[in-house]
Amino acid sequence: MDWDALRISASLAAATALLLAVPGIVLARWLAYSRRPWRPLIEASLTVPLILPPTVLGFYLLSVLGNGAPLGALYHRLIGTPLAFSFTGLLIASLVVNLPFTVMPMQRAFAAIAPELLDAARTCGLSRWRSLWRIELPLAWPGLLTALIMTAAHTLGEFGVVLMVGGNIPGETRTIAISIYDRVQAFELESAANMSALLLVISLAALMVVSWLGGGRRRERGLL
Amino acid sequence: MLDVTLIQDTPIPLAARFSCRAGELLALVGPSGAGKSTVLRAIAGLSRVREARVLVGDECWQDSARGAWLDPRARTVGMVFQNYALFPHLNVVDNVAEAVHRLPRVERRARALQALATVGLAGLELRRATQLSGGQMQRVALARALVREPHVLLLDEPFAAVDQMTRERLYEELAVLRTGLKIPVVLVTHSLHEAHLLADRMVVLRHGKTLQEGAPDDVLSRPASVEVARLVGFANLFESPVLASDIARDVLLVAWGGNEIALPARRAAPVGTALAWGIAAGDVVVVKAARAAGESGASAAIALTLECAAALGDSVHLTMRTAAGAERLRAVVTKRFFERAGIEPGGPVTVELPRDRMVVF
Repeated sequence: MDWDALRISASLAAATALLLAVPGIVLARWLAYSRRPWRPLIEASLTVPLILPPTVLGFYLLSVLGNGAPLGALYHRLIGTPLAFSFTGLLIASLVVNLPFTVMPMQRAFAAIAPELLDAARTCGLSRWRSLWRIELPLAWPGLLTALIMTAAHTLGEFGVVLMVGGNIPGETRTIAISIYDRVQAFELESAANMSALLLVISLAALMVVSWLGGGRRRERGLL
Repeated sequence: MLDVTLIQDTPIPLAARFSCRAGELLALVGPSGAGKSTVLRAIAGLSRVREARVLVGDECWQDSARGAWLDPRARTVGMVFQNYALFPHLNVVDNVAEAVHRLPRVERRARALQALATVGLAGLELRRATQLSGGQMQRVALARALVREPHVLLLDEPFAAVDQMTRERLYEELAVLRTGLKIPVVLVTHSLHEAHLLADRMVVLRHGKTLQEGAPDDVLSRPASVEVARLVGFANLFESPVLASDIARDVLLVAWGGNEIALPARRAAPVGTALAWGIAAGDVVVVKAARAAGESGASAAIALTLECAAALGDSVHLTMRTAAGAERLRAVVTKRFFERAGIEPGGPVTVELPRDRMVVF
């Protein structure tokens, strides 16, 4: 078992899910309620990472994060280390790749709230903030939590983009998915099998929690 | 006083104008898609209408001519939604208290409990909104609407989602409750029965346009147009050729089913033209036994044949036809009268059409 790789994967998954939570909620809520004409464009742009090959996405991210690009150069000047092939670079790539995995379930959770409840909140004089805090978040929380769990689970298994942007630096950017690939290449099949089994168990556990949350939500709304 | 003017062509055509005094209950009546709920939402500020003026007492909630617009959150409005829109994750008292969330926590709760007691829901404060019956939900929604001490109360088909027995009880409760309300109350309903029972005045809407406004009795018995007559289910609506017109004597003579009927001359109508007229089923006077048909000063006595009699509760709905069978007239009598009058299907029956109850369009 490559414990370093597991630690990096877990850190990356947790940081991605936590950092996407607030912007995910803001974006998902806007997408769920907005009637702006450019909303479909934003929604389509957001889902591009879902259909783009990871290598293509990785290539573009590398172009932005590399020392030759403004963002990469700025980071290098401020911090003194390159952004590409670092954990921070990996995290930025992970945030971009996982944005649709976070936003889409959250958007569905907000869209599932009956519009009448939002109207009732407005006629009760609730501010936008209070409506979010007291009405929308409590009703949407299973969907929001599902989104974050799916994001974390997806981050654990991400391979292509991670390899392109982070490379394979032990203790820095080598994640568990890349470590499994390495072990297979080196014919260390037992170690690869152990790590694969661990990822499988984590994925199954995540899906079970998601399923339980969905059931709970239906029970709460009297659908079960 | 609530003063409303709403005009727009799209997306939902509106041409509604009406007012509602403090303490008055005004019913907005019309078929599905008439724009009733849109009007209510526009008053609450939940829908924006292109050309609108909504005045509540001294407050201007919207005046598109001046660019004035008050956010719905700032309008002191109480609204009961069709499916009540109770917050399902909150208990009853929190649902109500949310409407007065600006008050200190203790006062908020006290006000909510008081409002719940007013609608007869003391003891159910800690139940989840989803654990209530339809009637209880409606009362919570009403308590939530009233706890804010609104300047206008809006009720959007509040009885649509409850069973008949609960509905009758809620009618009574609303009738009692509203006596203590000194604010305009606007009720949206598609039920004429509901409007008749509860409203002081009613506005008939179709395609978003105000067709008639008046006391329910007047609107139901004297619709202003054929369109309104059809909408309010006016039972006897005819189109007959004008035989003679005498405006000075206030008489328009029309031919109807082989009879000559003298209608009030509401307007000049050239001889030979078709004239729409009618009379409410409840205004047709059924005479006990068949007697010689003819014209009296105030009403026309007409011999007809009873086609069928349908007993509905305490009343009997009669459908009668003229000798030639071309025209049918409907009337409503009490069951007691029907049993004593000795009239039966297929037999003769004489009716009188009081001239002051006949409507000429």
